[in-house]
This record gives sequence, structure tokens and C-alpha cells, in this order.
Amino acid sequence: MTETGTMGLPYDLIIFYLFASIVVCASGMVIVARNPVHAVLFLVLTFFACAGLWILLEAEFLAITLVLVYVGAVMVLFLFVIMMLDINLAVMKEGFVRYLGIGTVIAVAMLGLMTAVLGPEHFGIDQVPAPARHGPDYSNTEALGRVLYTDYVYAFEIAAVILLVAIIAAILLGLRKPRNRKLQDAGTQAMVRKEDRLRIVKMDAEKGGHS
Amino acid sequence: MSTLSLSHFLILGAILFTLSFAGIFLNRKNLIVLLMCIELMLLAVNINFIAFSHFSGDMAGQVFVFFILTVAAAEAAIGLAILVVLFRNRDTINVAELDDLKG
Repeated sequence: MTETGTMGLPYDLIIFYLFASIVVCASGMVIVARNPVHAVLFLVLTFFACAGLWILLEAEFLAITLVLVYVGAVMVLFLFVIMMLDINLAVMKEGFVRYLGIGTVIAVAMLGLMTAVLGPEHFGIDQVPAPARHGPDYSNTEALGRVLYTDYVYAFEIAAVILLVAIIAAILLGLRKPRNRKLQDAGTQAMVRKEDRLRIVKMDAEKGGHS
Repeated sequence: MSTLSLSHFLILGAILFTLSFAGIFLNRKNLIVLLMCIELMLLAVNINFIAFSHFSGDMAGQVFVFFILTVAAAEAAIGLAILVVLFRNRDTINVAELDDLKG
């Protein structure tokens, strides 16, 4: 099977533990970081390590997509927004210590329950045997494209429509109406009547006078 | 535990999901960190999908991850646009102060 590296562990297991520890540490830093910019940068590290794990799982196209789309676009968008907004950091961290206890208790309980279900006695190597690795001429992108453009082509088109809706919504939300521009409204100009503008005041002629 | 199995990836996804869940609990004031925690949750789900796809030899899981990435990118774009509009109108993104709809 796989070659064994140092300490008798197979190489893929060593790579898994390396990337998994990076993922866990970086995502832990995301939620405790005081500065949101640092949180975004740790999130970028999480995505990079996850891309490594996905390559280990032979999902090369999605790993590259994760780096390109998430790190290249979404995280940069986050950074832009954080740098544009002027956030009061002290106020933002209120309640962190207060909810630390209950948050940790719920998180540990959740993790314990999920680990009990997902542990090696149910999803171990004996229950779910590892598939054979593909050869060097196997293309993950080609396999994904074949499925995507045949079986899932309808969902693919819907995804494109979703992206279009997202573009329009984001632009419309960010659009700021001009406030101090002087504009003519041709409609109201044409509809104006004499009575709106002209007021005739009837008054008696002045008596007496200058002469 | 000496060979790489499906259980490793599932437990990693569970840890990631739990961490982001705890992050939502702890950072309940900061809307930006809440959005980032949602991204982490989606990442945990994606790890599960890809792990199952690999170990069951079915490409459908990867197609699902593709669509999740699409929807998550759209969600992040719209969410951040709403955040900017909110900050422009209210000068704050503190969740506790955004209670205009409270009766």
C-alpha cells in the first residue's frame, strides 16, 4: 500500500495531520483574533490548508477553485470592507468573556456527539475502504466537467443565474443616489400652469399723491 | 488509526464546524466575524462532501461543492454589500444596536 515515512506513519497520514493541525489552529485564531484584519488573514490560511487537504482527496480542481475564488476574491472583498469601515474594536469584543463558558460547554458537547457518530468504529478504514489512487493520466477537471455539463447542466445554468442576481443585488445595494445635483424635470416643467406661478393681487389705487 | 480513513476527514469537519459555531457564540457583536464564521461552517460542510465523494468514488459530491462555492460567493458579496449600506446609514455594525424592527 502506501509507503511509510518517519515514526512508522504513512506519508498521506503525515500530510493530513500537518494540514489538519494548520486548519484547526488557524480557524481557532479566526474566532479569537481581536483585530478583524488578522481574523481574515487567518481565514486565508485556513483556506490554503484546506486546499491542501482537498488535493490529498484528489479534488484538484476544487482545491484550485477554493484558492482562486475564496482567497482571491471573497477574502479580498472582506479585507476591503473591513478597511473601509471604521470599527470600534473595544465595543466589538464585549461579551466575549461572558459567553466563553457557555460557548465552550456547548461546543465540547457538540463535538463529543459528532465524534461519537463519526468515529472510526463507524467510518473507519474497515467500514469504508480507501479507493485505489488514480493514475497520472487521470484528470479531475475533465471528470468533473463531464458530469457538470451532462447530468447537472440544468443546475449549472441556475448557478449562473444566481451569480447574475448576486451581481445586480450587490451593485444596487452599493449604489448611492446623487444628493446635490441640480436636475431639470421636463415633465413638471411642461405641466406647469399659469396659476401656479402668477398671483394677481387686487387692491385699491392709492388716493392723494405726489402731485 | 494508522491509515488515512474517512473518519479522519469527518472528524476534522466536525471540529471546524464546532469552532465556527463557538465563534458565532463568542463574537455576537461583530457582524463581519459572524459572516466569516458562516464561511468556516460552509468550508466544514465542503470537507465532508469531498471526503465522502472520494471514499465512495462518486463525482456528485464534488459537483455539490462546486455549487456550494458559487452560492457562498454570492452570499458573501450580498452580505458585505448590506453591511456597507448598514454602516453608511447607522455608523455602526454592532448587532446589539441593530434593533430597529423590535416592537
